[in-house]
Amino acid sequence: MGKSRTLNLGTGTFVLLGFAALFFLTTQTTSRGLPFMSPPHYDLTAKFDNVGDLKVGSPVSMSGVEIGRVTKIDFDESDFKAVVVLRINAKYSQIPTDSDASIYTQGLLGGKFIGLTAGGADTYLKDKDQIDFTQSAFVLENLIGQVLANFTKSKADAPAADAAPAPAPADSKAAGKPKAAEKTK
Amino acid sequence: MNALRELWQSLTDSLEKLGSVIQFLLRLTANSPRALTRFDLISQQIFNCGALSLVIIMLSGLFVGMVLGLQGYDLLQRFGSEEALGEAAAIGLVKELGPVVTALLFAGRAGTALASELGLMRATDQISAMEMMAVDPIQRVVVPRFLGGVIAMPLLAAIFSVIGIYGAQLVGVQIMGVDAGSFWSQMRASVTLADVNEGIVKSLIFGVACSLIAVYQGYYATPTAEGVGRATTYTVVTSAVVILFLDYLITAAFL
Repeated sequence: MGKSRTLNLGTGTFVLLGFAALFFLTTQTTSRGLPFMSPPHYDLTAKFDNVGDLKVGSPVSMSGVEIGRVTKIDFDESDFKAVVVLRINAKYSQIPTDSDASIYTQGLLGGKFIGLTAGGADTYLKDKDQIDFTQSAFVLENLIGQVLANFTKSKADAPAADAAPAPAPADSKAAGKPKAAEKTK
Repeated sequence: MNALRELWQSLTDSLEKLGSVIQFLLRLTANSPRALTRFDLISQQIFNCGALSLVIIMLSGLFVGMVLGLQGYDLLQRFGSEEALGEAAAIGLVKELGPVVTALLFAGRAGTALASELGLMRATDQISAMEMMAVDPIQRVVVPRFLGGVIAMPLLAAIFSVIGIYGAQLVGVQIMGVDAGSFWSQMRASVTLADVNEGIVKSLIFGVACSLIAVYQGYYATPTAEGVGRATTYTVVTSAVVILFLDYLITAAFL
């Protein structure tokens, strides 16, 4: 009897340890804990012309401090825009309604994240609210394309006449870009 | 002409072997539900395969993690991104090293024990004696050992990974001076649940493969001293090759 008791004790301890390790791996090494462990939060939506390679799970930050994460990225067929759902920690409940959301790049070639810049309104964003002022992702290829197009245009006027129609669609697509560039300056 | 015939012979032989292993697996799975009703037998095998392998798994995990910490730090600091050490170590351990090294150690520690135990039972006619008493040796002896190994493996791999991450943390943070906050936060930001799942799926499949090979080799061992020895050797060799081959297949399937 004594032997089987120590044996069962050993088995039990081992299985317990194993499950504790599995639990540690799923909750401590990954960003998503169990649903009941996630802190209180509220959801905001924002529409972007272009989200670049923003991903579900990308951080949402304000003044460089992470205040939430992207939980869903969808495409709205009615106005052809990307709809991003931001899950914001309930601790940060006083974000003015006229705040704007921009997509930035971490480092030179790093992943994308959303940066919120506080506005001046007295009312605050609530659950399911939409952020109206957004600025799309900075797509390096578009910018290079634009620079090249401008370069060829300014170099020679006559040959540019037949070269101009080609980059035109790219221009109209990236209509937000020059404004964006001015804004960041 | 003779060489061709020999080649053909060895090819059909290995196909026959593969077929009999798969048939054995089917027999074991068919017997598994009934074996689960006698859980004390399985629990004893979880103790033999799992709890007794714990020390070697934990020690190896610690050292593998420490080496990862050292090598990872040396490589990453050349690019000035030693904060990514936590991420590199965790992904390496959870997806690859944890399941694979655990399975190799498991084959060496528990697989050989299973194969030689069953082989000796065969050699000393204990298995024939059971058949004589109308006790199904597959049901009574083989299936509990197989299931014990299958259950123990994912748990061992998880323990290995956790200890390994702490080993990497020990070297990276305590000795090399990587910031502890960025070590953990970069890890959390980049390791996904899918990575952890991949590790669990791998260790489950390795558990089935290792236990099956060990049990098969032991059960069908030639009932001599030499035969038991050969069964043990084959267990380790076949397990190692099969684990590494399966590892490639599963990784490719997950990418």
